[in-house]
Amino acid sequence: MVQHKGAGAARLELRGITKRFGSLTANDAVSFAVAPGEIHALLGENGAGKSTLVKGIYGLLQPDEGEILWDGQVVHPANPQEARRLGIGMVFQHFSLFEALTVVENIALGMERGTDRKALAGRIAEVSRAYGLPLDPHREVHALSVGERQRVEIVRCLLQSPKLLIMDEPTSVLTPQEADRLFETLRRLAREGCSILYISHKLQEIKALCSRATILRGGRVVGSCDPAVETARSMAQMMIGAELKSLARRKSKPRAEPRLTIDDLNLPADGPFGVALKGVSFEVGAGEIFGIAGVAGNGQNELTQALGGERQIWPGKAVRIDGRSVGHLNAERRRLVGLCGVPEERNGHAAVPDMSLAANALLSARNRTGLARGGIIRRQAAHGFAERVIREFGVKARGAEAAARSLSGGNLQKYVVGREVLQTPDILVVAQPTWGVDAGAAATIHQALFNLAQNGAAIVVISQDLEELLAITDRLAVMNEGRLSRALETTDATIEEIGLLMGGAHGAPVETTAQQGSIQNVA
Amino acid sequence: MLLRIEPRPEVSRPFTCATPAIAMLLTVASGWLLFLALGLAPGETLYQFLVSPLLTLNGLAELGVKAAPLVLIGVGLAIGFRANVWNIGAEGQLTIGAIAAGWVALAFWGQEGLWILPAMCVAGMLGGLAYAAIPAFLKTRFDVNEILTSLMLTYVANLVLSVLVFGPWKDPDGFNFPQTKLFSESAILPILVEGTRLHLGALVALGVAVAAWLLLSRTVVGFQIEVVGQAPAAARFAGFSGKRTVWLTMLLGGALAGLAGTFEAAGPIGQLIPKLTPGYGFTAIIVAFLGRLHPLGIVVAALVMALSYIGGENAQVTASLPQAATGVFQGMLLFYLLASDFLVRYRVRLLAAERKLVTAS
Repeated sequence: MVQHKGAGAARLELRGITKRFGSLTANDAVSFAVAPGEIHALLGENGAGKSTLVKGIYGLLQPDEGEILWDGQVVHPANPQEARRLGIGMVFQHFSLFEALTVVENIALGMERGTDRKALAGRIAEVSRAYGLPLDPHREVHALSVGERQRVEIVRCLLQSPKLLIMDEPTSVLTPQEADRLFETLRRLAREGCSILYISHKLQEIKALCSRATILRGGRVVGSCDPAVETARSMAQMMIGAELKSLARRKSKPRAEPRLTIDDLNLPADGPFGVALKGVSFEVGAGEIFGIAGVAGNGQNELTQALGGERQIWPGKAVRIDGRSVGHLNAERRRLVGLCGVPEERNGHAAVPDMSLAANALLSARNRTGLARGGIIRRQAAHGFAERVIREFGVKARGAEAAARSLSGGNLQKYVVGREVLQTPDILVVAQPTWGVDAGAAATIHQALFNLAQNGAAIVVISQDLEELLAITDRLAVMNEGRLSRALETTDATIEEIGLLMGGAHGAPVETTAQQGSIQNVA
Repeated sequence: MLLRIEPRPEVSRPFTCATPAIAMLLTVASGWLLFLALGLAPGETLYQFLVSPLLTLNGLAELGVKAAPLVLIGVGLAIGFRANVWNIGAEGQLTIGAIAAGWVALAFWGQEGLWILPAMCVAGMLGGLAYAAIPAFLKTRFDVNEILTSLMLTYVANLVLSVLVFGPWKDPDGFNFPQTKLFSESAILPILVEGTRLHLGALVALGVAVAAWLLLSRTVVGFQIEVVGQAPAAARFAGFSGKRTVWLTMLLGGALAGLAGTFEAAGPIGQLIPKLTPGYGFTAIIVAFLGRLHPLGIVVAALVMALSYIGGENAQVTASLPQAATGVFQGMLLFYLLASDFLVRYRVRLLAAERKLVTAS
C-alpha cells in the first residue's frame, strides 16, 4: 500500500496491474498511487509499458489482473466514456481533430447528443481564459498551429472538470515558450486539486514540473523518486537500468570548404496541406553537424525530401555537393554521389513494414554496399549487411529475416539510422534521429553521428527536440513556414532566441486574435 | 443489432496459406447443393465436372491448352497487382495481340518459313503492349483510374476485331462466316503430343512463369515492384519511380496478354474469329489471386480453372447443364476466396453481443 504525504485516500491507486499480449507481459504487477493535486511523472523507455498502463486507466484496454482504485473505490472503466464519467481525462500524443471543422464543432462531437452549441462556445471561451489557454471557438482547426490544437484537446478534457488528467508526451510538438505556458496551466490545475499523470521522456521537464515520478522498465515498476532531487542523468540510468554512456564529444574543427551547399532552394507546396520552401540557403562543411529546428509542419518534411532526392529540383544547382549540382538527381543517384538520408517516418517511408530487415537493407543500401549487382539481388550480401547493422547498433530483432514491423519503434529507428551510417556517406541528412528512442539508443545514434562527422562527413540533423540539437550540433537554424532563419553558432544560441525564431508568426499575434474572438463569444 | 468488422490482432499464417484450398472445398460443397436443387445426382455430376476430365490423355492435354493462356495472362496481371496497378483489361490486350499476330499470319499467308511464328509472337506482344500503353499513359499523365480505362478498352478491342472479321479480313471462301482464312502451316504452333491440341505455347507459358518468379524474387526490378506496391513513400525514398513502375507493369501485362492472344489464334483456333476466348482475360484475374500472386502458384491455379472450363463442357454433354454452370463455378470460387481471405484478416462481431460481454466482465 502506497501512501503519500499525509493525503487521505489516493485519487488513483493501481494495485498489481498486469496486462499480457500473447507471450509478452506489457505490465507486470504495477502498483503506484497518485494523490489529489499531485503532478506525477510516469517515466520509462520505449516499450516499458507506459502507454499500455494509461490505456488501462482510461478504459481503452482491460488489465488481466489487478485493481484500479478511484478515490478508494475499486473501478473497472470498460471504455473511455466510463473513464470520463469518473473524471479521468486524457490528452493523446496524436490529436483526434477534424481539420475542416471549427473548434466548437470538434468538441461538440465528443459530447452527449443535444449539447447547445452556443452555450458550449461560451464555456470553451470561459475555460480557455481561466486556464490561460487562449482559443477562439469558431476558428477552423486546419488554421490552428500544433500548440493551439493541443489546447483544443486540453480544453476538451477540462470541460468535463476532470479529477485526473493524463498527458502523453505533450511537449513534443511545442516551442519552449508554448511548453512553459502549458506548465503554468498544469500547475494551476494541480493547485485546484486535479491530479496529473504526466508521461514524458524529457527529464528536464519532469524535474521542473513533477513532484513524484514512477519509473517503469520492462513492464515493472523499478523505482520511484522525487525528480527535484534527482539529476536527469540519474533518472535516465534508472530508466535504462545501466550506466549511461557519456558522449565522446568531438572537437569542432574550423570549417573548410562547404561540402553541402543549399542555395536559394524553392519548392512549391505539394497539395493543400503541404508547405512551400521559400529561398532556403545554408552550407555545411566537412566534419560539421548542422541542426534544423522548428515546430513540426513548418516545411521540415519538404526540406528532408528535397535534400534526400525524393523530390527533384530544377535547376539542380540549388543543391550542391562539393560544388557539383545534384538537385535534379533522384534519391538513388544522390546516394551514388554520396548523399544518404533518413526520413522522419520509419514505417512505410524509411522502411517497408512487411518486408524483412534484409530486404529493407536493399531499399537504400543496395548500390553503395554492393547488395545488388547488375540488377540482380545478392541475398547473402543483403543478409550480411542487415546482420552488421543489427550488431553494430544493438538492434533488438530476431535477426535479419525479422519483418520490420516486428521491431519496436526505437529499434527500427536504430536500424534505419545504422543502415545509412554504415554506408559511410559523405553527406547525411537525418530527420528526427532519436524520435521515440530511449536514452541508451539515443546515445548510440548520437555517437555514430559524431564518428561520421569526425571522419569528414557533413551532417544535417532536422529535429523538433531542441535539447538534442543543442547537444550535438555545431550550428543550427530554425524553420518557420517554409523559410529558414540565419544560422546560429550552437554554443552562442539561447533557448529563448531559438524559441522566438520558432514561434515566428504563430506566437503572440495569434493570442490577441484568440482573445478578441472569445470576447465576442461571451458578448 | 449492429455488425462490426475489425482487424484480427494476429493473422494466422497457416490459415492464410490454406484459403485457396478452403475456397475450393466450399465451392465443391455449394456445387453439391446446387446440383441437388437442380434435381441432378450431385455426386455423379461433380464427378463429370471435376474428375472425369483428368482420366484421359486428351483431357489432360486440354487442361494444358486452356491453362496456358491463363498462366501467361495471370502472371502478367499478378506482377501488376503486386505493384498496386490494377489492369483488368487483359481480355482487350489479348484481342489486340491476336489481331496483330493475325495480321502477320494473313500478310504472309501461303508462305513458308520458320520466322513467321516468331514474327507473329513479336507482333502479338507489341499489339498487347501498345494497347496497355493507353491506360498506362492516362494513369501516369492524368491520374485516370486504370481499372476503368483498361476495362472499357476491352469492349473497344472486341469491336475492332468484329469490324475486321466481318469486313476486310473475312475469308472470301468462308461461306460468309465472320472469320479469316485458316492460317497456313507456318503460322500454326507445333503440337507437343500427337493426337491432341497441346501446343508449344504451354511450354512457353511454363517458362514465362519461372522467369517471372526469378524476376520477382531475385532482381532489383522485382524488388521495386514489391516496394512500390507496399509502401509508395518508401519507394520514393529508395529512388524507385512510381510512374515508371506503372508503365513497366502495364506494358509487361499487356505484352503477355498479347502473347496469349497470339497463341490462341495460332494454336487451337488457327484463324481469327469474333470470339477468341471464353473470357480468359477476366478468368486470369481469379487465377492470379487464387495463385496468391505468385507465378508458380498461378500455374496451379490456372490448372484448376482450366478444369472448371473442361468440366463445364463435359457436364453440358453428360448432364445437360447449361454453359453458365462454368461461370457459376468460377464466380463461386472467387467469391469464397475473397471471403475467406477477408475473414482470415478481419473478424465480424455483433455489437449487441459485445455489450453483454463488457457488462459481464
